[in-house]
Amino acid sequence: MGSIWEYANPVKFSQTVSRFLLPVATIAAIATVVGLIWGFFFTPDDYRQGATVKIIYLHVPAALMAINIWFMMLVTSLIWLVRRHHVSALAAKAAAPVGVVMTLIALWTGAVWGQPMWGTWWAWDPRLTSFLILFLFYLGYIALWEAIDNPDTAADLTAVLCIVGSVFAMLSRYAVNFWNQGLHQGASIMRAGAVTGGDTEEKVSNVFFYPLMMCIIGFVLFFVALVLLRTRTEIHKRRTRALLARERLA
Amino acid sequence: MKALLLRDLKLAFRAGGGFGLGIAFFLIVVILVPFSVGPESGLLTKIAPGVLWLGALLACLLSLDRILALDWEDGTLDLVATSPLPLEGVVSVKALAHWITTGVPLVVAAPVFGVLLNLPPQGFVWLVASLALGTPALSVIGTFGAALTVGIKRGGLLLSLLILPLYVPTLIFGAELARRGAEGQDVTTPLLMLAGITFGVIALLPFASALVLRMNLR
Repeated sequence: MGSIWEYANPVKFSQTVSRFLLPVATIAAIATVVGLIWGFFFTPDDYRQGATVKIIYLHVPAALMAINIWFMMLVTSLIWLVRRHHVSALAAKAAAPVGVVMTLIALWTGAVWGQPMWGTWWAWDPRLTSFLILFLFYLGYIALWEAIDNPDTAADLTAVLCIVGSVFAMLSRYAVNFWNQGLHQGASIMRAGAVTGGDTEEKVSNVFFYPLMMCIIGFVLFFVALVLLRTRTEIHKRRTRALLARERLA
Repeated sequence: MKALLLRDLKLAFRAGGGFGLGIAFFLIVVILVPFSVGPESGLLTKIAPGVLWLGALLACLLSLDRILALDWEDGTLDLVATSPLPLEGVVSVKALAHWITTGVPLVVAAPVFGVLLNLPPQGFVWLVASLALGTPALSVIGTFGAALTVGIKRGGLLLSLLILPLYVPTLIFGAELARRGAEGQDVTTPLLMLAGITFGVIALLPFASALVLRMNLR
């Protein structure tokens, strides 16, 4: 087993992707399907929220992924700027559209849940607002990728935008917190008892917790599979472009 | 650096330089607001700080693509980049010139527009203070956006899409400072946060702007 940097070689990366894509995608599909069916049909209704509570099996994993995908893009952007591995830049590019969709799913499921529970589709709550801002950051990032012809310049500029954007996204998060009081509940998965597995008052009950974990694992693996696939596609696309350019010269 | 600043200012003040456009835009936004929400003075008083801040922000945004695009097109930017002047200094000067030609007139004009929106008397000081403190941040962040999109033809819309999310913290604290000032509340927290953002971006963001400009000039 060599170092992780071996996978910066596009050929090696593509080979590895071919080997792991099917198993990862299969486990992702199984985990998501099992988690959703378990969550939707084999858990009791919440005594106050009724059946609406079951939207957490989509909402929580999507929201979690929306933030972590941006974080992954930040890491790959830094790797690209420091070590100039093209695979890293392409992985960031491949992840962004997935991040947008996750953000939209989180916003949409939140609105659907909020309508019966809070009596409104939308409230200018700090968490909701932060997600809307995150959505805008994703849009800007993708638009910048699309607007620049030279792939290396595009990778450089989007990487810097991602880093600067991360700082401003954090700033916005605190600014928004200061600006308005929240309606959204706090994080309730990793509270007291989560590590020991005990069932405590503050935490989501274990009945809901296990299928939720299953869904989160499913979403994470689904994202991994998608990014591997999309990165490989980007590599192929770039190789095609290079071959075409060579053809034209010859 | 001084020569560059003087050159930018001269170009901006000459005919066709776009000086005054921002302030005219600001005026139009302020005039259009009562048409859209109604002339009721209580309501206008309530929304005046927010509207004035939003108008100033949009007026700032309008002139951003001028910061670097013209110099990029006629090759001045290449010359400046090959001169011994550090590029970090160049983008700082560009931001300063943008602030002098756009930010300062907005700050000066804001009290007049405040009258139009029925801003309470105690609000004027804090409105001017918040804009004076906040507009430099708008210029510096905007210069970063201009440096990012300088190589893109017709990048104006993209520039807005990239820059507006970055303006969120400045807008929140600036408008909050003006609002609290107008309502006579304690202004310490937003004042300190706004000052922190402004001085933070002035200190750090020119390095990012120079970095992306170098990437674009390659």
